[in-house]
Amino acid sequence: MTDMTAATYARPAPAKSAVKYKSPTARGRLPVLILFLPPALLLFTLFVILPMGEAAWYSLYRWNGYGTPTEFIGIKNFTVLFNNAAFSQALINNGLIILISLLLQIPLAIWLAMMLAHKIAGVVAFRLIFFLPYVLADVAAGLIWRFVYDGDYGLFAAVAGFFGVATPYVLADRSLAIYAVLAVIVWKYFGFHMMLYIAGLQAVDRSVLEAAEIDGATGWQKFRYVTLPLLASTVRLSVFFAIIGSLQLFDLVMPLTGGGPSNSTQTMVTFLYTYGVTRMQVGLGSAVGVVLFVICVTLAFGYKRIFMRHD
Amino acid sequence: MTHHQETARPRADRFVRLTIATSLALGSFAAVARAETVVKWMHVETVPSNIKVWQEIADAYHAAHPDVRVELQFLENEAFKAKLPTLLQSDAAPDFFYSWGGGVLRQQAQTGALKDLTSDMKADGGAWAKTYKPAALDGLTFDGKTYAVPYRMGTVAFFYNKQLFQKAGVKAEDIKTWNDFLKAVKTLKDAGITPIAGGGGEKWPLHFYWSYLVMRNGGQAVFDKAKKNEGNGFLDPSIIKAGEQLAELGKLQPFQGGYLGATWPQTLGVFGDGKAAILLGFENTEPNQAKNAGDGKGLAADNIGRFPFPAVEGGAGKATDTLGGLNGWAITKKASPAAVDFLKYLTSPEQERKMAAAGMIIPAALGAEDSLKNPLMREAADQLAGSTWHQNFFDQDLGPSVGRVVNDVSVEILSGNMSPKDGAQMIQDARALE
Repeated sequence: MTDMTAATYARPAPAKSAVKYKSPTARGRLPVLILFLPPALLLFTLFVILPMGEAAWYSLYRWNGYGTPTEFIGIKNFTVLFNNAAFSQALINNGLIILISLLLQIPLAIWLAMMLAHKIAGVVAFRLIFFLPYVLADVAAGLIWRFVYDGDYGLFAAVAGFFGVATPYVLADRSLAIYAVLAVIVWKYFGFHMMLYIAGLQAVDRSVLEAAEIDGATGWQKFRYVTLPLLASTVRLSVFFAIIGSLQLFDLVMPLTGGGPSNSTQTMVTFLYTYGVTRMQVGLGSAVGVVLFVICVTLAFGYKRIFMRHD
Repeated sequence: MTHHQETARPRADRFVRLTIATSLALGSFAAVARAETVVKWMHVETVPSNIKVWQEIADAYHAAHPDVRVELQFLENEAFKAKLPTLLQSDAAPDFFYSWGGGVLRQQAQTGALKDLTSDMKADGGAWAKTYKPAALDGLTFDGKTYAVPYRMGTVAFFYNKQLFQKAGVKAEDIKTWNDFLKAVKTLKDAGITPIAGGGGEKWPLHFYWSYLVMRNGGQAVFDKAKKNEGNGFLDPSIIKAGEQLAELGKLQPFQGGYLGATWPQTLGVFGDGKAAILLGFENTEPNQAKNAGDGKGLAADNIGRFPFPAVEGGAGKATDTLGGLNGWAITKKASPAAVDFLKYLTSPEQERKMAAAGMIIPAALGAEDSLKNPLMREAADQLAGSTWHQNFFDQDLGPSVGRVVNDVSVEILSGNMSPKDGAQMIQDARALE
């Protein structure tokens, strides 16, 4: 993100203005740079670059987190990782989360945004209601849903009791737990994407839509050929957030299932926590961190290069 | 250069003077603060009445030593275990913290995060060391060095709901062997009662089953060998047999619905609400089930019975071998001498007697258990006194990484998701990696 903004700011200084570059304002910029760049650079190095380098270094050691790592084992942490069934499950789950975010969450968000972008009575209240889950802290949302899903005292138990069927213990069921988690993810984040689309829709020029109407376009045609293309940059941004957010999912899963039962709801980050932190295998944990970092960076930059070039 | 320095000097002088003045001012503040040493005590206790007893002891100590203030800090059990490595190496490290002994404590000691208490213990002809039960002190000593102050001992045993047993016609006295136990589980189930409350979400509550079965089948010799990675290790036939017996229990589906997601407090609640008849739990199950029950009262004390984990036919282990906790207080490297002195006070027979009387602990201090009033605690203390082999919790004794694998495997075998053989292999693989 920061790189991108830096790049866009740097761009409007083409060769044309090369003469202007040596103007008094440019000279005046140098002290500003010297004065204001180091703090940011220092913080960035200290809290981003350095930890990343350290993680990469730790990932080559067998280390329990005490003292300094000494037992060099090369890439063994990575081979252990890729042979671990729980990690494969975590990768699959992360993929599934991305898929659901793209196929369910974003269309849902667009659909709701289409209805709520215009000035109708009560629209603000609805926006607020749909946005509310996003405002909630992830851990709190997880705990609330743990209660909802609870088969003894929760909402599910009450509903099942009302219909007189056996209560499903969704979070304790290996094949169901991940879908229960996915449902919570969609519930939690669709409001955020909806807000993005509402903002995007409000920027759409009404006169273009009116023109389409005069030309006899149906509702679907108006959406497909006018609104959606004009909304494209918002869609690309929303998809970007959905992918990166999905990869980093952690705090919602921990209170819900903690990655269980039998690792069926593990994500990459919960795997890192369970196997790296609680087992004091910091080397292995760092290897997960490195893999996660590589995936995130590749996806983020690849996506920006391919889809967000013009935004 | 020199010229430049000279012009700068007056300003530098002023700066130096200002710095001195500030540091003096700060120093005097620090002196005021230093008059009171704060001893940070980190624990995982959740029962309010127990914390109250501790607070009273801390207050009494403060009254006798006005310059020392003891501060209780709570961390939730699982969070505590996960956070400790980072915490111990930071400036926020507590002066002393709760320890389950075993491989985890050894690992912490090896890394130099802890204070070696050997010389303190051995001073004056071992005056301090002699106040504890030898087994307790031994369990916290590695290679002749003591790394934690003994605090309490415990045993894991079966607790049962007397009413539900009566309703199903099961007699606890008749459960002498594992087969008797399985039969009781079946009878309870046939009577429409959920036999066992199990906490599969946190995993470790179920690893007690595997641990006890390994102890009963293999005995001390087999387990010690496996721990040292000698012979067949965890692939010993008796350990695999333990896994098979565990799978057999799992096939009966003895647990409450959704047990694979249940936390330990929830599990205690299931037992406390009378929704399951049996719980394999700690010596202090009675107060804990009450606290976690839906109504906050749980089962009446006289409705709870207790029986030891049964023997296994043909097993090398004895029914008198016990699995259980041995807890101490580990002191961190940078802790103040006041922390050591306070712990001496906290774990003295006099204070431990108070805590035993409150039903909190089975004391590690010698001769302090005479004040135990709670009959279930008394029973546990008696079982401990007659123990032929007391084994620390497997997941603590085997260290954090193998221990967690044991927890995983126990749940997987019980829920029929992994064969006993694969489970043993997984633990052996983890052990070989150490």
